[in-house]
Amino acid sequence: MTHGIGRRRVLTVAGTAAGTGGLATILASARAPAYAQGTTIHWLRWNDFVPASDQLLRREITQECQRALGIRLNVETINGNDIQARITSAIQSGNGPDIVNSLNNWPQLYAQSVADVNDIAEEIGAAQNGYYEIFKAVAHDGRRWLGVPWSIVGNTIAYRKSWFEEVGYAEFPQTWEQYLDAGKKLKAKGRPIGQTLGHTFGDAPTFTYPYLWSWGGREVEADGRTVVLNSPKTVESVRFMVGFWRDAHDEGGLAWDDTNNNRAFLSGSVCATLNGASIYIEAQRRPQAYQTERGTPMKDDIRHAPLPHGPDGQYHYHLPFTNILMGYSRNQDAGKRFLRWIHSREVFEKWFVSQKGYSVGATTVWEGHPLWNEDPVMLPYRAAARTGRAPGFPGPSGAKAAEVVAKYIIVDMYAKAVQGMAPEQAVREAHEELVKIYGAA
Amino acid sequence: MSVTTAALRTPEAASRSRVKGLLEDERWLAAALLFPTMLLLGLFIAYPFVKGVMLSLTSARVGEPGDWVGLANFAKIWDDPIFRRAVWNTFWYTGVTTVFKLALGLWLAVLLNRHFRGKAFVRAFILLPFIIPTVLSTFAWKWMFDPTFSVLNWTFYKLGLITGRINWLGDPDLAMVSVMVVNIWRGVPFYAISLLAGLQTISPELHEAAAIDGARPWQRFWHVTWPLLLPVTMVVVLFSVIQTFADFQLVYVLTGGGPANATHLFATYAYQIAIGTGLLSEGAAISLAMFPVLFLVVVVQLLYIRRVETR
Repeated sequence: MTHGIGRRRVLTVAGTAAGTGGLATILASARAPAYAQGTTIHWLRWNDFVPASDQLLRREITQECQRALGIRLNVETINGNDIQARITSAIQSGNGPDIVNSLNNWPQLYAQSVADVNDIAEEIGAAQNGYYEIFKAVAHDGRRWLGVPWSIVGNTIAYRKSWFEEVGYAEFPQTWEQYLDAGKKLKAKGRPIGQTLGHTFGDAPTFTYPYLWSWGGREVEADGRTVVLNSPKTVESVRFMVGFWRDAHDEGGLAWDDTNNNRAFLSGSVCATLNGASIYIEAQRRPQAYQTERGTPMKDDIRHAPLPHGPDGQYHYHLPFTNILMGYSRNQDAGKRFLRWIHSREVFEKWFVSQKGYSVGATTVWEGHPLWNEDPVMLPYRAAARTGRAPGFPGPSGAKAAEVVAKYIIVDMYAKAVQGMAPEQAVREAHEELVKIYGAA
Repeated sequence: MSVTTAALRTPEAASRSRVKGLLEDERWLAAALLFPTMLLLGLFIAYPFVKGVMLSLTSARVGEPGDWVGLANFAKIWDDPIFRRAVWNTFWYTGVTTVFKLALGLWLAVLLNRHFRGKAFVRAFILLPFIIPTVLSTFAWKWMFDPTFSVLNWTFYKLGLITGRINWLGDPDLAMVSVMVVNIWRGVPFYAISLLAGLQTISPELHEAAAIDGARPWQRFWHVTWPLLLPVTMVVVLFSVIQTFADFQLVYVLTGGGPANATHLFATYAYQIAIGTGLLSEGAAISLAMFPVLFLVVVVQLLYIRRVETR
């Protein structure tokens, strides 16, 4: 038997020398190594249309979180259209982000799989003047909060002031007929309205739903069960859309996602589009890059206006965001501590300011923030969230309404009609789809 | 000496020799050799398949196991106009692209089979569309088809071929054509290189003999090359049909199944329903609806290949 240095001995010595202490040392100390002691919270969000906010979260907020809570924050941002896929696979595998910054009424869709954060949501709401009404619809199941409401991206029409003035509209059109008239004249000049009717999470539903409501069309009655989509009012809205699309819109919009209209507007290809304030904020950020045909900064020619009135009034659907703590997360306590901290006034304010008005808070207290005194162009966004309705209106915005949104049934009703299907048939088909969803157990 | 050997025969040694003895038996050896493959197939093919079948027979949604509903999901999707559209799209997409890929691939293979300067370089270059990750190349195509900034439209406009924009991805028919064009662009190299490999196994002497007998180039191709290339072609077509039928990435990136569901295939629609909407059972049923068709395609083609080989 030899007593030389064997392979195992070499590895043990090398491992110790490398400073890890070796597995034996860790086991003997009965403690996890230092790098595994701190809790990590994985927070999944969309790629923000205001990139500075993502930078803020990744750097300053992450460092502060570590200092204040001892929690290592891992902020992951992905395309908004891919978030639902991630949530589904995470729930099914029981593994994934601890907290998801969900959009729309998705909390209703995943209600069975979220942790109870009712106390935190109540606490934050009480401390900050209460939430906007829309959150009761999208993030509350009638008994408890399904998540902690985070923010709302206000949606108004960004338009080129000088171009609308050229066709006789010193003020933005007040009705759909006026908007059609202006759009027709502008399209004739090669400056159409830009709007998506594609399968994309934000701009498509936030345009088509309030458009439908403003004509008096509804998915369901207030009972949330009786489907009433197939009505003369809905058919009329679809019929109007066909001409509106052909005469006033950029017809490429059928294939647009949420980013296309930003690019089209900033390149001077379209005169108006329903959007958050990201177009204006980007034009402000790079005034030299985005200029008008006269060589002046485009930011000075951009204004914001609410959606026009229809026969049944004026409606909006602003994009709500809610932080949901996933039920499978092994960091429930840390997740709750983090939510309480990130939603606190002091911390949230930093993020709110970085948004420059693109997002408003979920609570009404943020309407009084000095930020709104800085730029009158952003003022239409200040209290926009007060006028918002949610899918399923006037019924509850529950899981079935969320399914209708996820299947793009309302969006496709208009998209099919502008592609040539008879309005009556497009409405009938959409109605039948809704009956399958609302009629199911 | 024999005493010493017997003393050294420990229980471990006895066990080793028993194992060795078992492996001498071909049946046991075959089982042992097959075990790793069976395990992998079971884990990664059979289990997900069975799980998919079970899922399709329940009312499972994301986060909810659901109840047994039998074939209700299949009845539901059959009644779904978008599903029927996706079925038609999938057949149309697979059929058209396969014909073009085969024709262009064969043409390219015959050209590449000739001797010319830079042959190796050209052959490597041809493979590029196949080598580049699908998502990456499809994003490039998406920009080329962009409704506002399409370089194709710009080129056609500058050449005076069009006066307005072509709505590549916004028009239902053009969107389908666009998806097919990208699929053909990506698939031709696979056909070309595979058929080229097949062409190189054909002895030049056969061609020479046919030429001496007075066969013209087209006759030589039809009566010599094509019959000998047929088994390879059938295998290539088989793989291609399976891949195209179950295509996902290309359509998902280029159109997302739009506009208004006009370009949905089985896989993209199943994804939208199961993963996007969270209706796992319905999505599983849509996915499984592909299975009988693919199974039939495989059986028919494999039977045909066997017939060709034994002829």
